[in-house]
Amino acid sequence: METIKKKRTGPVIFSEYKRGDAITKALSMTREDILFELKDSKLKGRGGAGFPTSTKWMLTAAAKSNEKFLVCNADEGEPGTFKDRVLLMEYPELVFDGMVVGGYTIGAQKGIVYLRGEYEYLLKPLEDYLEVMRKDNLLGKNILGKKDFSFEIEVFLGSGAYVCGEETALIESLEGHRGEPRNRPPYPINTGYLGRPTSVNNVETLAAVSHIVMKGGSWFAKFGTDKSSGSKLFSVSGDCEKPGVYELPWGIKISELLEIVGAKNTKAVQIGGASGHCVPKSQFNRTMAYEDVATGGSVMVFNESRDMLHVLKNFMEFFVDESCGQCTPCRMGNVKLLEGVEMIEKGEYTFAHINKLKDLGRTMQLASKCGLGQSSPNPFISILDNFKDEIFNAANGGRNGK
Amino acid sequence: MLVVEKNALSEEIESYVNKYGNDRSALLMILHEIQKKHRHISEFAQQEVARLLNIHPVEVFSVISFFAFLNSNPKGRNLVRICQTISCDMKGKSGLVKAIERELGIEMGGTTKDNKFTVEYANCLGLCDMGPAMAINDQVFLQLTPEKAVELLGKVK
Repeated sequence: METIKKKRTGPVIFSEYKRGDAITKALSMTREDILFELKDSKLKGRGGAGFPTSTKWMLTAAAKSNEKFLVCNADEGEPGTFKDRVLLMEYPELVFDGMVVGGYTIGAQKGIVYLRGEYEYLLKPLEDYLEVMRKDNLLGKNILGKKDFSFEIEVFLGSGAYVCGEETALIESLEGHRGEPRNRPPYPINTGYLGRPTSVNNVETLAAVSHIVMKGGSWFAKFGTDKSSGSKLFSVSGDCEKPGVYELPWGIKISELLEIVGAKNTKAVQIGGASGHCVPKSQFNRTMAYEDVATGGSVMVFNESRDMLHVLKNFMEFFVDESCGQCTPCRMGNVKLLEGVEMIEKGEYTFAHINKLKDLGRTMQLASKCGLGQSSPNPFISILDNFKDEIFNAANGGRNGK
Repeated sequence: MLVVEKNALSEEIESYVNKYGNDRSALLMILHEIQKKHRHISEFAQQEVARLLNIHPVEVFSVISFFAFLNSNPKGRNLVRICQTISCDMKGKSGLVKAIERELGIEMGGTTKDNKFTVEYANCLGLCDMGPAMAINDQVFLQLTPEKAVELLGKVK
């Protein structure tokens, strides 16, 4: 893997930052002040769910325990997402400084980076980087001479399970169990890793924290929209001239983003990865923000030549593979939806059956235990609805007539 | 398995337990080390891990069976994973697959007769902007053509 550091520019995450600055500044502030800055920034979790970071840290800080943990969720398994890889490879200072700030704010002694198994090649560089931080006293005991503040970070390697990106499944796996999600509540903020209060934050969230500490919450809130402050890293792939990671403010229109990445003859954009929504051409004036099309950053572009049923089949195969099998709606439901796609492919379906499968999808959205099963019917429903002309109603009766 | 081999494996696992601790939370890291070195976690290794961590062997097996990157059945010396998720699929994953299947004379999921390669599909490797992507053991290769992919396999010892 080439590790050429590209020169990236952006308004927030990719703006100027010097290693250790946020730690120095945070340690001169009180914990409450940091929480207030975060509250002003209105920063929401960047993994996709969008829970306010200040609330999560406030609750973890308020939980009573002599041992607390901060976990950095680097298990980005969502198809089409690779921003965390870029952050960890090119900007580890932002992520790790954010972790130390977080540890100080919530009163944790230990930080754990849950690195997905597919990124094993990042393990060595990250551990080397942590070693340098230890030498400079940015990690370890009494960091930068601050009494009573000690913080350690270790990297834990996952083993190829998409569901472990779900925070309770991640914690189960850290504890040495199968990575099956837990019932919530209790939430990790008071009963997390080893039963202790634990804050699980996305890589990008922690990187944003470093900038917020340096430049202030109101500076961060200037970017983006009212409900979606700051900027977002978008991982763009598929049919475009310039795939890659882009930092853009929230509230950007889909059509504007397509222009920037050089996408032509675009038929559809899958936003939010396999578990997200497929947006057809007619809706390209929608905006990317929590109030409209929310996303963890994955943008996959499909041009006119792509067969949307093939895309859908690829997504459903992914979910059948990755369902942990713990709860029935997700374990059985995804298999049934995939069977439905195969029926359409062969032209051996009835509309009555497809409508029943859409109903099943809605049941899964309600009844599944975790986000995987709650969101896996999204592409099934959105692709079959938005592309029914291509899939069902084309000449000769669509695929049915082939 | 020979007694000498068993003893060597036990010693090896003990060294991992010393490194990561004998708490259950060390389990995944220990399994990862064994997997990396032996390409699978044998029944004997599972029993040893269970004994040293003081848990039931079936608990160890249940964790192995859960994770895609851990396996209890032997695989080839080198593990080749081809990303099958949509971005790599659109950039020509099936071309790679066909070329590799032809060249090695096996189907996806299979192991070559000389035990040199096991070829598998992987879900999103997180390299969607530079697909199609393939991983050989813990190294990843990007923007491949069928020709380049086969050439890379030729370089593996």
